Amino acid sequence: MATSVRATSDGSPPSSRPAPSTSRRGDPGAPGNWRAKLYRLDTKASPYAYIAPFFLVFAAFGLFPLIYTGWLSLHHVELGESGSGSWVGFDNYTNLWDNQFFWKALRNTFTLGVISTVPQLMMALGLAHLLNYKLRARGFFRVAILAPYATSIAAAALVFVQLFNPDYGMINQLLGHFGVDGIRWDSSKWPAQIAISSIVTWRWTGYNALIYLAAMQAVPSDLYEAAALDGASRWRQFISVTIPSIRPTIFFTIIVSTIGATQLFGEPLIYGGGVGPTGGTDHQYQTLSLYMYDKGWQVGQLGQASAVAWVMLLILLLIGAVQLLVIRRSRRKLGS
Amino acid sequence: MRTSGRTRKAAVIAVAGLATCATLITGCSSSDDNGSKGSDGKSSSSEQITLHIGDFNEFGYNDKTGAKLFSEYEALHPNIKIVEDNVTDGQQYWDSLKLHLQQGSGLDDIQAIEVGYIAEAIQPQLASKFVDFKSIKGFSADDWVSYKEKQATTADGQVIGVGTDIGPTAICYRTDFFQQAGLPTDPQQVAALWNGDWAKFVQVGEQFKAKAPSGVAFTDSAGGLFNAVLSSQPTQFSDQTGKLVYDSSPGVKTAWDLSAKAVKEGLTAKLQQFDSNNTWSAAFKTGKFATVACPSWMTGLVSTNSGPANKGKWDIAQPPQAGNWGGSFLAVTKASKHQAEAAALAQWLTAAAQEVKIFQKFGNIPSNKGGLSDPAVQNTTNDYFGPAGKPAPTGKIFATTAQSIQPAPIGPDDGTVKDIITKNGLLDMEQRGTSSEKAWSNVKAQVKDKLGE
Repeated sequence: MATSVRATSDGSPPSSRPAPSTSRRGDPGAPGNWRAKLYRLDTKASPYAYIAPFFLVFAAFGLFPLIYTGWLSLHHVELGESGSGSWVGFDNYTNLWDNQFFWKALRNTFTLGVISTVPQLMMALGLAHLLNYKLRARGFFRVAILAPYATSIAAAALVFVQLFNPDYGMINQLLGHFGVDGIRWDSSKWPAQIAISSIVTWRWTGYNALIYLAAMQAVPSDLYEAAALDGASRWRQFISVTIPSIRPTIFFTIIVSTIGATQLFGEPLIYGGGVGPTGGTDHQYQTLSLYMYDKGWQVGQLGQASAVAWVMLLILLLIGAVQLLVIRRSRRKLGS
Repeated sequence: MRTSGRTRKAAVIAVAGLATCATLITGCSSSDDNGSKGSDGKSSSSEQITLHIGDFNEFGYNDKTGAKLFSEYEALHPNIKIVEDNVTDGQQYWDSLKLHLQQGSGLDDIQAIEVGYIAEAIQPQLASKFVDFKSIKGFSADDWVSYKEKQATTADGQVIGVGTDIGPTAICYRTDFFQQAGLPTDPQQVAALWNGDWAKFVQVGEQFKAKAPSGVAFTDSAGGLFNAVLSSQPTQFSDQTGKLVYDSSPGVKTAWDLSAKAVKEGLTAKLQQFDSNNTWSAAFKTGKFATVACPSWMTGLVSTNSGPANKGKWDIAQPPQAGNWGGSFLAVTKASKHQAEAAALAQWLTAAAQEVKIFQKFGNIPSNKGGLSDPAVQNTTNDYFGPAGKPAPTGKIFATTAQSIQPAPIGPDDGTVKDIITKNGLLDMEQRGTSSEKAWSNVKAQVKDKLGE
């Protein structure tokens, strides 16, 4: 809207152009009026045409699935069933509330999220700090830490499954030398969750480290010089200069990692092998995404799966809102 | 400047054109595919037609690895060309077939259906998409073993498929481990140990465990034992009407109790059959267990998984009670434009002579009575099993078992319940020491969660 207003208010160059063209072609009957209408239409409507592709694509692939999933979640719909299913109101949601497997999946999603995100971001911060120093072959290290990000989830998960195999895996062999024997990485709850979160951590640490590194390089060096003059140690500089300076970036990575953790799917599915969608024999590491997949594509209850999807969205919005509040408060505290 | 601008534009157009072409080609080829399935319109015996047959895993029909049955049929019927659409994974195959059936598109003339899904296929919604074999000339349900065609018959008597193979189940056992544990090794004597009762099989396990070589469990998995016991029971997961009765079924109770007992006494190797991490298949080679329930199709897996180094260490004995595990059907879709020709091909492929040829190539036991009693099947031996120079008479063992199998009613939800019991119930007991009562209540909660009953 703003553009069109501006275009008409100071639009002397465009208005001069149509006049000669009409005279040249010698348009018969109501020449100026029709042209002016067309011109007005152009300035008013064409901006919408320019932005339309985004909104059309968004409507088709973003908004429609969102609303359709919401509609499905209020119906009893089975996979492949023709017709529109039957209206069940909020039954799918109340069933989830009473469902022990849903709560288990929610708890697992939370614990897996915490043990994969927190160490991951801490390590990324440390790595970025190290890479920020002038060191030999810096370019090589920067590429190297991003390498895990370039591997596919499936490939990484399959390798980790072999490493964590309780019977002949390398991790248990290694632990055996220290007198720790027979950890059931496949079936005990916490070992399995740690193994899965190690896949996530391995894949994403480098990616976050690079984002931190980019933010760190934008921190003015005179801040460090001033801190050094004041006698601050390297560690003190990191805590008092680096961290506050890249605070917005840290919040960004926290939000992105939280979203990623809530949607955790491929790693536990592949890690589970034959018991994949149930996430272990006793749902030890079944996440919400896995539960949704199990409901939708294994059992074929699309309505219930859609309800899980919507609950996941609501949880993400809730977490996002909490994070926003925390960010606002911390900004206010800083006073900037 | 101008030329370079033009070439750039030309390049852009060319790329765009290529991209469009690519989509068009893929679009075209698939629509062409569909077209050729149905484009030939009316059928007369001399007209050139193409029949598509959809199957999964390995049916042993093709020219490359199979019994060359397609080229044989093409030679008999010069006007017919056969194209096989094969999907490796049976579960994926069924999932997409179900969607195709419901949408009525993308269907082949003949579609294979595994016995685990046949009960779902005979439900009215899906059964209506298949041709009734009763209306086909020359079809007689009595050509197959008694329970085979019954499984493909709908409540109102429509027969939607003809039987390919069956999976009579015997017991494969390691003679060297049995000897070390002080048990007999001769198949006759071994079979006599547990003849008639699966409970005796578990008792033999206890004897085995008392003197077992270290690191060797009696049987591979509780899930495998459960399947083998259940397959010999007259009532399984569902009643005659297809309604789920697993909670009160005596067959399920017997199988569960015996498997749970085996777990509790440490008779199982705590493995999961067909796990994607290959721990189970690797354990064949490293000798982690002494027995495995062996449907006819399992013999191939035992030999490939154990490897040539273990040749002669395995043998096969009659099971305590006869049961069936696996097997498939061929069905003709109503979407086919050549139903008569497709039905004729399906009948020919499942006729005694052809099923014998597949058995000789692959070891799939014929479900056709004529094939089952054929001397070629009866006299077949497998030299991977049994001591050197005395190959195991697999043909005789499986054919004998096949004849004494009791038919059991099946239902559409059997597969889901079986999965939960073996993967979540019994495996949980094996891996985490969950008690039998707790595991069973977990199973019930999960069945309720998945099926709502």
